[in-house]
Amino acid sequence: MPKIKIDGVEMEVPAGITILQACELAGLEIPRFCYHERLSIAGNCRMCLVEVKPGPPKPQASCALPVADKQEIFTTTPMVQKARKGVMEFLLINHPLDCPICDQGGECDLQDQAMGYGFDRSRFHENKRAVPDKELGPLVKTSMNRCIHCTRCIRFATEVAGTEELGATGRGESMEVTTYVEHALTSELSGNLVDLCPVGALTSKPYAFEARSWELAKTESVDVLDALGSNIRIDTRGAQVMRVLPRLNDDVNEEWISDKTRHAIDGLRYQRLDRPYVRKGGKLVEATWDQAFTAIVDRLGKLEGSKIAAIAGDQCDAESMLALKDLMTALGSPNIDCRQDGAKLEGGPRGSYIFNAGIRGIDQADAILLIGTNPRWEAPVLNARIRKRYLHGGCPIAGIGLVDDLSYPVERLGMGPATLRELVDGKLGFFEKLKAAKNPLIILGMGALARSDGAAVLALARDLADKLGAVREDWNGFAVLHTAAARVGGLDLGLVPGEGGRDVEGILAGCERGEIGAVYLLAADEIDTKRLGKAFVIYQGHHGDAGANRADVVLPGAAYTEKPGTYVNTEGRVQLARRAAYPPGDAREDWAILRALSERLGKTLPYDTLDQVRDRLIHINKSFAAIDQQQAGGWGTFGAMGPIGDAMFASPIGNFYMTCAISRSSRTMAECIASREEFAKRSLERARRMG
Amino acid sequence: MLADKDRIFTNLYGFHDWRLPAARARGAWDNTKAILDRGVDAIIDEMKKSGLRGRGGAGFPTGLKWSFMPKEVKDRPHYLVVNADESEPGTCKDRDIMRHDPHLLVEGCLVAGFAMRANAGYIYVRGEFYNEAETLKAAIKEAYDAGLLGKNACGSGWDFDLYVHRGAGAYICGEETALLESLEGKKGMPRLKPPFPAGSGLYGCPSTVNNVESIAVAPTILRRGAAWFAGIGRPNNTGTKLFCISGHVNKPCNVEEEMGIPLRELIDRHAGGVRGGWDNLLAVIPGGASVPLLPKSICDTVLMDFDSLRDQKSGLGTAAVMVMDKSTDIVKAIARLSQFYKHESCGQCTPCREGTGWMWRVMERMVVGNARIDEIDALEDVTRQVEGHTICALGDAAAWPIQGLIRHFRPEMERRIRARTEKLAAE
Repeated sequence: MPKIKIDGVEMEVPAGITILQACELAGLEIPRFCYHERLSIAGNCRMCLVEVKPGPPKPQASCALPVADKQEIFTTTPMVQKARKGVMEFLLINHPLDCPICDQGGECDLQDQAMGYGFDRSRFHENKRAVPDKELGPLVKTSMNRCIHCTRCIRFATEVAGTEELGATGRGESMEVTTYVEHALTSELSGNLVDLCPVGALTSKPYAFEARSWELAKTESVDVLDALGSNIRIDTRGAQVMRVLPRLNDDVNEEWISDKTRHAIDGLRYQRLDRPYVRKGGKLVEATWDQAFTAIVDRLGKLEGSKIAAIAGDQCDAESMLALKDLMTALGSPNIDCRQDGAKLEGGPRGSYIFNAGIRGIDQADAILLIGTNPRWEAPVLNARIRKRYLHGGCPIAGIGLVDDLSYPVERLGMGPATLRELVDGKLGFFEKLKAAKNPLIILGMGALARSDGAAVLALARDLADKLGAVREDWNGFAVLHTAAARVGGLDLGLVPGEGGRDVEGILAGCERGEIGAVYLLAADEIDTKRLGKAFVIYQGHHGDAGANRADVVLPGAAYTEKPGTYVNTEGRVQLARRAAYPPGDAREDWAILRALSERLGKTLPYDTLDQVRDRLIHINKSFAAIDQQQAGGWGTFGAMGPIGDAMFASPIGNFYMTCAISRSSRTMAECIASREEFAKRSLERARRMG
Repeated sequence: MLADKDRIFTNLYGFHDWRLPAARARGAWDNTKAILDRGVDAIIDEMKKSGLRGRGGAGFPTGLKWSFMPKEVKDRPHYLVVNADESEPGTCKDRDIMRHDPHLLVEGCLVAGFAMRANAGYIYVRGEFYNEAETLKAAIKEAYDAGLLGKNACGSGWDFDLYVHRGAGAYICGEETALLESLEGKKGMPRLKPPFPAGSGLYGCPSTVNNVESIAVAPTILRRGAAWFAGIGRPNNTGTKLFCISGHVNKPCNVEEEMGIPLRELIDRHAGGVRGGWDNLLAVIPGGASVPLLPKSICDTVLMDFDSLRDQKSGLGTAAVMVMDKSTDIVKAIARLSQFYKHESCGQCTPCREGTGWMWRVMERMVVGNARIDEIDALEDVTRQVEGHTICALGDAAAWPIQGLIRHFRPEMERRIRARTEKLAAE
């Protein structure tokens, strides 16, 4: 460990780090624009200059200089101060200084650092540079006059997102950041460019001129639009969610979130259920809670338990799912399911349905197999992590099923379960690569499990993991990638059919045949509602989507930003979402609705407060006690060996931007789709023109 | 004055044929095997003893640079890269080497490549030098055909391949790491150092980038001995050097001369003197556009070598002597150089990207006196804010000419400002 002196204080630092990192360890803040922990080092802003001895008699860029033994570093000398002030002056001469009308104002690195290093007047009497704005699509707004050419955006697009579409044209002061031939960004992570931009050159288009950062209340929460459980900060003004930003969590999302996580939030404003409805004469009419509950009690009270069924949606919090399950048990119904897509995962050993390796485990994997999954659409941030692993080298990646451009090369082994069987039998070359790997990682997507032969595929994948020695004390490379944020929580709570109970398919079939008299949909919209037949449908949820349209009674619930809730992500990490805003109108927290209904049904659930519900969560499954931790899943036999079909594996997500009631209600997401279609059309035209 | 027998570039003016037989007759490729047989360490040692300092402008000792290459080839191959992207305004020495004496360069590449354990060399030729690149390619082909390059080059047992690559004409690609980026097919932008090319250069492999002249003189030095070369010139500034004399002289020319020759002697003897006589001299830029100019008072006595010019706060640079007589609008001349640097800045790092444009615009106002007196100090301050704060030396190169102007011609700048102010007041 090199011994260095920073501003006269001697310290030992790990070898191989940069001087900037060493200064941070020493608790010193070094100003910077281009340097970012998760991007390659560019060293071009020159703001982080420090004096280093021994070395040339000029200041050095600390972000790019590795520490060496016996180095002396000075961060506050007149030479350093002068250099930084000089750089700041250069950055400001061509910057428009339009902070009052800039969305970055208040959270701008340039603004902040100008307080420390800027002059109070300008010596620059020439005309400022004018740069044409670029059209980057519906999410990223540009104001290129403000650009300070730090190239963070270029490096993010090239390195993290893996879409090499941003670059710089021109030289010297004519340098411009652009997409060359102008087009909308094609990355699912493009919103992160806005966070990365240290100035207001790239700002959020949907959020443009909406609010000032200091007006917003900030709530730390988790995302539910995919199963990754990205850590987010929800910024609200009054009852309205203004924006969603990523929070740092190296175990989950590092500091990225997907465009859907960030920008689908305008869907929270539209199509909301803000009061109960009861269907009368074929039409849903507004009702009071009392009227709605009465309508339910009238029907459910007469039915025996086996004729009642419940389906939990993909974004439900664990509390409400628990209440639903308890209510169904109290009503004597075994017909409950949380797997709307029909995935053949049982409540069995926890290791059978979680991403055992952990998202962080991707970094340690040295061979990856993707089965029936398109991680770029199912969990873009996780996909970026796989790309990061690929860039690090020494990690062959192969896929079974339809594989799109994932931003890294994937060896295509085949299309369906037959290929998987060949692989298990060691008949494919990639088997040897997996076998040779120390930490092979098998990522199993819903595209492989949500099908009639899903259980057989699951068993095959389990077999493969065993054969490869992928499940050991120190490594578990069996990884299920979910698409639903509620799924692991639901399976943890046992929201699967009880003895003699029906699963989703069974419930729907039962409805069609009239064997099921009433169905309780807890924010479940991803089923074929036409098959609900004549059943009495209770829909409890936050959006007027497919479920509410078919419902006989609608109970307005809360969206994920509007209630404290527990979510378990795909790797089995229990995380807490917090309330950032109150649900609209008469809508209420979901577990409380079920608790109130249970009382009217004469089956009062045994909890009155959120704490009591959470105690019961832990009582049912100990893993709920370990907040923010990933609990190791058990291992055992699961799946069922059986016949396999010929159908190819296809990702359950056909359209990344609209996968749930919230994103379907989002105008921003609709614009994204339109922009993608436009891009595809133009690419096709270009290809046609060029023959 | 350099004796004819001590000249290395005996066909500098193209009076003779450049092809292999003629070049051989002039001494090129004379028993190159014997040089290589001496071994790597002996060659580097000899180069160090000769005191040859890099001819590209910075004057770093060539032998020392070669010795930075790893002592053995491990998992990554070594590369020799020759910087023939000669773009420094006023300089045209490498061009004449390539078109009139290419075999000196080609032979030098083999020797240098061998000394740095490289099996491949790349010559990065300035984009505009189309004919020169063609000549060079033809010379390389001749060398291959004669068994001087390729497998078992010159029968030495060393394999050496040499490639010519033409740039696209960007000045910044003459910076060694920008050159490597460009050679790799990327945008020519200087890299951060460290790592230095000897550790991680072309394609991340150990590489050394040398100027054409540095490489071309190497075989002769090794043939005639370090002592011969070190005996020419002054201590620490040894050997012969190509000077490119242009501007207000009677006979602009390239000439090979002894290092440390007095500037006045150089101009009078080889360039036919300053137009209108020595007393008509205003200033000289002694080493290409990047170095500060020298007023006549210094030119009277200054010696043309690295250390003497450094002592006068200028530099030898590429030894491109630009002579300006009293008819010159000296502020305009430097403003034109500022425009050049503004145009050629790669735009990567802040001080250079923003500073070059700022300096040029202020300089343009200085030309007509459209400024305040204190703006001269502000301009000087801006040049100091650019100098030493950038990734590569282009920032320094943009700052120095202005600093030289202010140092020596501040009264002229002030005069213009006053004249304009008075004129405006009178109107």
